[in-house]
Amino acid sequence: MQDYFYALADAITTSLHADEFYTCTFHAEDSDFVRFNRSAIRQAGTVVQRFLALDLIHDRRHAGAEIALSGDFDSDRGRIGELLTELREQLPYLPEDPHLLYATTVHSTVQQGENRLPDRADAVAAVLDAGSGRDLVGIYAAGGIYAGFANALGQRNWFESFTFNCDWSVYYQRDKAVKTSYAGFVWDPTVFMRKVTEAAEQLEVLKRPPHSIPPGRYRVYLAPAALYDILEMLAWSGFGLKDHRTKQTTLLKMVEEGVHLHPAVTLRENTRDGVSPNFQAAGFIRPDQVTLIEAGVFHDCLVSPRSAKEYEVPTNGASIAEAPESVEMAAGDIARDEVLQRLDTGVYINNLWYLNYSDRSACRITGMTRFATFWVEGGVIQAPLSVMRFDESIYRLLGEHLLGLTAERDFILDPSTYHERSTGSSRLPGPLVEQVNFTL
Amino acid sequence: MDVRLAERFRQAVPPVDFCSLRYVRERSEYLAVRQDVVQPFATSEDSGAMLTVYAGGGMGYAATSDLSLSGLRRAAEQAHDWARLSARQSVLDFAQLIVAPPHGEYGSVERQPWPSVPLSEKIDLLRGECARLKTDDRIVDWETSLWHTAVDTLYLTADGGHVEQRFRYLVPMLSATANAGAETQTRTFSGRGFCRQGGMEILEHVGFRTAAPRIAQEALQLLVAPNCPSGTMDVLLAPDQVILQVHESVGHPLELDRILGDERNYAGTSFVTPDMFGTYRYGSDLLNITFDPTNPEQFVSYGFDDDGQPARREYLIRNGILQRALGGRTSQIRANVPGVANARASSWNRPPIDRMANINLEAGNASLDEMIAAVEHGIYMRTNCSWSIDDSRNKFQFGCEWGQLIEGGRLTAVVKNPNYRGISATFWRSLAMVGNRDTVEIMGTPNCGKGEPNQVMRTGHAAPACLFANVEVFGGE
Repeated sequence: MQDYFYALADAITTSLHADEFYTCTFHAEDSDFVRFNRSAIRQAGTVVQRFLALDLIHDRRHAGAEIALSGDFDSDRGRIGELLTELREQLPYLPEDPHLLYATTVHSTVQQGENRLPDRADAVAAVLDAGSGRDLVGIYAAGGIYAGFANALGQRNWFESFTFNCDWSVYYQRDKAVKTSYAGFVWDPTVFMRKVTEAAEQLEVLKRPPHSIPPGRYRVYLAPAALYDILEMLAWSGFGLKDHRTKQTTLLKMVEEGVHLHPAVTLRENTRDGVSPNFQAAGFIRPDQVTLIEAGVFHDCLVSPRSAKEYEVPTNGASIAEAPESVEMAAGDIARDEVLQRLDTGVYINNLWYLNYSDRSACRITGMTRFATFWVEGGVIQAPLSVMRFDESIYRLLGEHLLGLTAERDFILDPSTYHERSTGSSRLPGPLVEQVNFTL
Repeated sequence: MDVRLAERFRQAVPPVDFCSLRYVRERSEYLAVRQDVVQPFATSEDSGAMLTVYAGGGMGYAATSDLSLSGLRRAAEQAHDWARLSARQSVLDFAQLIVAPPHGEYGSVERQPWPSVPLSEKIDLLRGECARLKTDDRIVDWETSLWHTAVDTLYLTADGGHVEQRFRYLVPMLSATANAGAETQTRTFSGRGFCRQGGMEILEHVGFRTAAPRIAQEALQLLVAPNCPSGTMDVLLAPDQVILQVHESVGHPLELDRILGDERNYAGTSFVTPDMFGTYRYGSDLLNITFDPTNPEQFVSYGFDDDGQPARREYLIRNGILQRALGGRTSQIRANVPGVANARASSWNRPPIDRMANINLEAGNASLDEMIAAVEHGIYMRTNCSWSIDDSRNKFQFGCEWGQLIEGGRLTAVVKNPNYRGISATFWRSLAMVGNRDTVEIMGTPNCGKGEPNQVMRTGHAAPACLFANVEVFGGE
């Protein structure tokens, strides 16, 4: 695949007219998707897709397009040639772009992967076996993910990764379920079965009569997967330079009024330890780390090349969305096996669901508990909790009401498959919080 | 459509119980002007095909952008392999799904096709509207855009089925963001809600060329407005919030694949159960909800779903009583519940699942003035900006861009951050008045997420303004 992309890039280079420049990105995957419901196969199939995005630049004008490729070099080279012609014809009708910025220093990189994925039939059999006698629902996704960058200066970047992500739930009844995932590069049946067994043990607790609580403020432990959902919300316009300069960041009070989070909160975009490509669409290489929040204080924005040009600051290799892709939060000092004891009486939340801002200026987020959420008394799980809605500001949740973070962190591979399998990841502790506002 | 593709498909079909090809070609163009600067002109052209095979009771698919004979043969073999693997291990015996091959066609109606307007003219239009959004120094960000998509699909079956459909979509957008200190408020052209099928004539129908000054003015009004009050009161929802209420707390709960449990690991389940159809009181007598793929103006009209089933208008809820589920043929057989033709896929690289199409709240007989006059103490909310609902589609909380108090039957002060919450199973029973045809807006949402693997889908909604009694309302901090 790497040779195929590089050969296409070379063909583009040789097709350029004088004074023309180009940048192009490539992203492809060959993926198996097997969907399960009630411990049987619902839909099973394979998707092979390849896309190339080309930006043709002449002076300060540029025109871009993305096309699907067939994988046949000769026909794809011909299609790209047609595309170049189309873009060339558009250029005179487009104005100069004052915010155009692309890498002009060549920095080629290669991140190659090794395909050690399990045989698809073996993986499917393992999941069906795990579901035997249970009500299992979810998806097994696996295969290669490929990304590349090329430009007219000869910069070439390549990324490939062969991963699986099995994301499933086992249900007791109605909305009582335990959600689990197993993701990585090498399928270890022992690890998978351990996760299946742990989920089955939690499911036993869900069989107890559910506990209901009235709206009010409660002490809460959020497992790393639940914190992940909260940070996904913050990623939506929290850290981008454009959102900061246009006052649309939901962390505006941190930068305008000096509001702090808890000193234990340090948040970084950690490309070095993530599983995403370290290059972006304009050819810039991402630094190993960008500190977003340091000891509760806002530190740096994510800066795309476009924002860098617009606001006259250096880029730090962010994508156009200026959202974290490999986020990590510093660990705290609460041992994982002391969480129930420290929680004492309150709500143990494994997963959250469907978060959204209810007051952007106050960075107040609403959402639901989901899957295995428990009522805890005296440090002992008592019963599953009926789903509850929370509505709470980040300034309290990770600020004045934060009691601490776990010392252990979970590495979470994003199971998202919108348009393509995600390479996003996060490394997060679990926060213990007091006075969380439950409303419905 | 490419007759050579049909011929190659016929040559690639393996000896199986059933084989189909679903070809999708999608070309989209996104034009935007932000802060009076033309943004990079983004186009995309995507094409590929999904081959689906039933064999021995199992089902498998393979999606490929290699449409050569060898590419289709390879995909057919992969789909066949998956069908063999899933045989006797699937949620149903797929052999029972085989029906007579479908035939037909559908096409969007365009009075002024997108390509007939030169690129430079579209850019000039956006530049003009963008400039009209910047009315004050406190407007700190302002943007206009047009997103056009042309989709051509071809559905073939090995036993001679042939369905061709041609869709043209346009999504206009305007937004203005106002700021003072740590307070920021954004007002939009109903989000991306004015999305429809058709050509450039849509811009006239939805008032795109006259909206900019109002949007900017309302953003500035919100900036100095007090927070929405808290309390239980009557709520009058404008159509650009009613469509969200319908989408989240009627559309999704009625999706049959949710009811069957397919989505329990991701998008969620439903408080609706199969035994409710035909008897369950979903809302007040005023509630009438239809599945209507027949209105050519609406965003998600079509002739056939992506399993080749012909689509027609059906009542989902009539006079408040639940009638029918949103489930395609596969789900209908699994659940033994009446459904509609709504098995839809986001593109060639995702398999069809149960999705909303056009889900409409039918007009009543009240004028907007009559509904306002009927409220002693309440609030008028416009334009959704926040949505959250539990995985059973019951406990919801929604927020709007714009709120305005109703006191003594009259609209009074503007308030910011209006939110309300409730429970689907009881909320619709508090539907007190339904707006007449003059209050109806034809809208939709271009980005509805669901499914494993994940799919982003277009959904359409038409709705009048609606009045709800005794709703829990609150504002910001």
